[in-house]
Amino acid sequence: MIETHTQDTTPSFLEYKGRFKGLMGWIFSTDHKRIGLLYLYSMLVFFSVAAILGLLMKLELIAPGKTIMGAQTYNSFFTLHGITMIFLIVVPGLPAVFGNFFLPIMIGAKDVAFPKLNLVSWWIYIIGAFIALSAQFMGDGAPDTGWTFYAPYSFKTGTNMLPAVLGAFILGFSSIVTGINFIVTMHRMRAPGMNWMKMPLFPWALYGTSWIQVLATPIVGVTLLMVVLERTLQIGFFDPALGGDPILYQHLFWIYSHPAVYIMILPAMGVISEIIPTFARKTIFGYTAIVVSTLAIAFVGYFVWGHHMFTSGMSGVALYTFSILTFLVAIPSAIKIFNWVATLHKASIDLQTPFLWALCFLFVFMIGGLSGMVLGALSANVHLHDTAFVVAHFHYIVFGGTGYAFFGALHYWYPKMFGRMYDKSWANIGLAMFFTGFNTLYLPMFYLGMTGMPRRYYDYVDKFHGPNIISSLGAILMIVGLIVIITNLVRSARYGAPAVKDPWKGKTLEWTVASPPSLENFDEIPTVTDHPYKYE
Amino acid sequence: MNNHAHIDEHRDDEGAKTGMWIFIFTELLLFGGLFIVYSVYRYLNPMAFHLAAEELDVVVGTVNTVILLVSSMTIAMAITSIQLKNKKLTLILMGVTILLAIIFMVNKYFEWTGKISHGIFPGSEILHQSSQGEILFFGLYYAMTGLHALHIVIGVGFIAYVMWLVKTDDVKHDDYVILENSALYWHLVDLIWIFLFPLFYLIT
Repeated sequence: MIETHTQDTTPSFLEYKGRFKGLMGWIFSTDHKRIGLLYLYSMLVFFSVAAILGLLMKLELIAPGKTIMGAQTYNSFFTLHGITMIFLIVVPGLPAVFGNFFLPIMIGAKDVAFPKLNLVSWWIYIIGAFIALSAQFMGDGAPDTGWTFYAPYSFKTGTNMLPAVLGAFILGFSSIVTGINFIVTMHRMRAPGMNWMKMPLFPWALYGTSWIQVLATPIVGVTLLMVVLERTLQIGFFDPALGGDPILYQHLFWIYSHPAVYIMILPAMGVISEIIPTFARKTIFGYTAIVVSTLAIAFVGYFVWGHHMFTSGMSGVALYTFSILTFLVAIPSAIKIFNWVATLHKASIDLQTPFLWALCFLFVFMIGGLSGMVLGALSANVHLHDTAFVVAHFHYIVFGGTGYAFFGALHYWYPKMFGRMYDKSWANIGLAMFFTGFNTLYLPMFYLGMTGMPRRYYDYVDKFHGPNIISSLGAILMIVGLIVIITNLVRSARYGAPAVKDPWKGKTLEWTVASPPSLENFDEIPTVTDHPYKYE
Repeated sequence: MNNHAHIDEHRDDEGAKTGMWIFIFTELLLFGGLFIVYSVYRYLNPMAFHLAAEELDVVVGTVNTVILLVSSMTIAMAITSIQLKNKKLTLILMGVTILLAIIFMVNKYFEWTGKISHGIFPGSEILHQSSQGEILFFGLYYAMTGLHALHIVIGVGFIAYVMWLVKTDDVKHDDYVILENSALYWHLVDLIWIFLFPLFYLIT
């Protein structure tokens, strides 16, 4: 630490004084690191709201019948919870926060290719978020369709759908702009000597993600636009009364929204691929296999959307094809799991908090992935469709996968982002509570779904009571764990011990610059000669 | 204090064009969603689509196609003339492009108002009495040509902005990537029309 401060006379990006001061220096900054933190802070706010909504829903389900809210409130809660979590946090999450902050540093660049566009994307994000959330407070009541906006309900319901749909449409633009920016950055701005196969795996994951963002988001954009036109101008697209086909809406929606699942999970896998070699002090096993499987997931992920619609009515051939492709897309994910586990073999492991997050990720991600196989099988799907089993499955993937990777990344890169260390024991206590709570919350839902409890109901029959109590108690424990984790991080930003350049002994480029980095990251652009994870 | 050149001054024409091309892909996919909807509904209602398409005026459609093709040519010529350091000609050619775009929009305006005065518009009485296929056809007609018209407006705005940059010499013979990008965007607008024209006017 003393070393970094005496040697570096350039102020860090946190201290840098630009054209504007104070808050304006942040919300009009084109520095990729500040933009990354802007995303982080905004997401933290949205996440707290959505997590509280989730907790309230679990409290409602602690007993049969009306406990703390009625059916309509419950419907709008799961809609808002879904919209916020999916469109505002999980889809943009890792790329917008850690991609913005670390992609340029990890490939040895001073910024992304289009810094101004990058700032614009944050502004679009904020505008989209406010429009989407305004639906809750204005007009004829909060939307109650679920985050999928399924036709025909989305244009028949009397609730205030328009801002929600329009907000999601606008958020898509933010996603596209970030995607374009990252692709061009990686094509044009890698440091000298860093060829594609010397690029670290988190940038690789972002590369796959960006292509999905660019190629899939427009489809949902135009679909949501059609819903908007249908509601405002009565142009028939999906309304059977006007000749439209509601099933077509589902197809178009999932053509985007299934690849979106890979927008969520690929960067998470990238984070895990960074954390594991660092704390195993070992070259990652099968670098090429991880790269190829990243691209394979991005590609095959395009052709599996039909598995969301096994009970909606499709031809037999379509059903079989989608089912087989769904099983196929599991293979590259499994390859990655094997690579990570193989990296741990005979490694000298340093058990730090980020590594523990990565281990927990492996555990929950495997449960999520394998339960996905159950749902990908046609006969099982018919039985489990729209039950609590599905809810448990995608929370294990989306929250268990992306969420764990997000917190893992936060604990991994925290010293670099804020120049401070956090309290490790509190971080571990928080993780233990969160992990226990998480599994207590979602594991019973697999059982509930198998025994027939449908999703999206505020009420249930008595036989489901027991597991629901356990699940709700798990939710409370998980939220307490989250509070411990976030409090620890917020406190440490002020009181933590100053961080050195390379607290974890990482080998990628971000550990060669000061913590926190200076405005332009590198005094001199480095020349790369080695593989990113060269430990031996 | 800090004498480092700020990152904003970083210039990469190849990168800027790559970004524009990727953005054009997203635009194509945006319309792609509508093209899918069109093909599904055409497949389901072949007769109604045939009848409805006969309502449209092929002459107006053809004239508009020619106008857009010529405007694509003039904007491409504008790039050549800026390379030849002929600022005045560049501005004239860009102005012609915008003028042609406006003529296109005027034609479109008369076409739409004509339809609307015949009572053919989404939610109208006449359309409600027609077959479902016809409702879908005209819904798609208004949505797709409307979205395309919106792109024309954006393109005109973009080209007008670049014209101003040419005028102030911010775009000149050795630094004209934004002009190339505006031209790329304009070609995209043209290309989409090339697909819309046969789908709505010619296939009957």
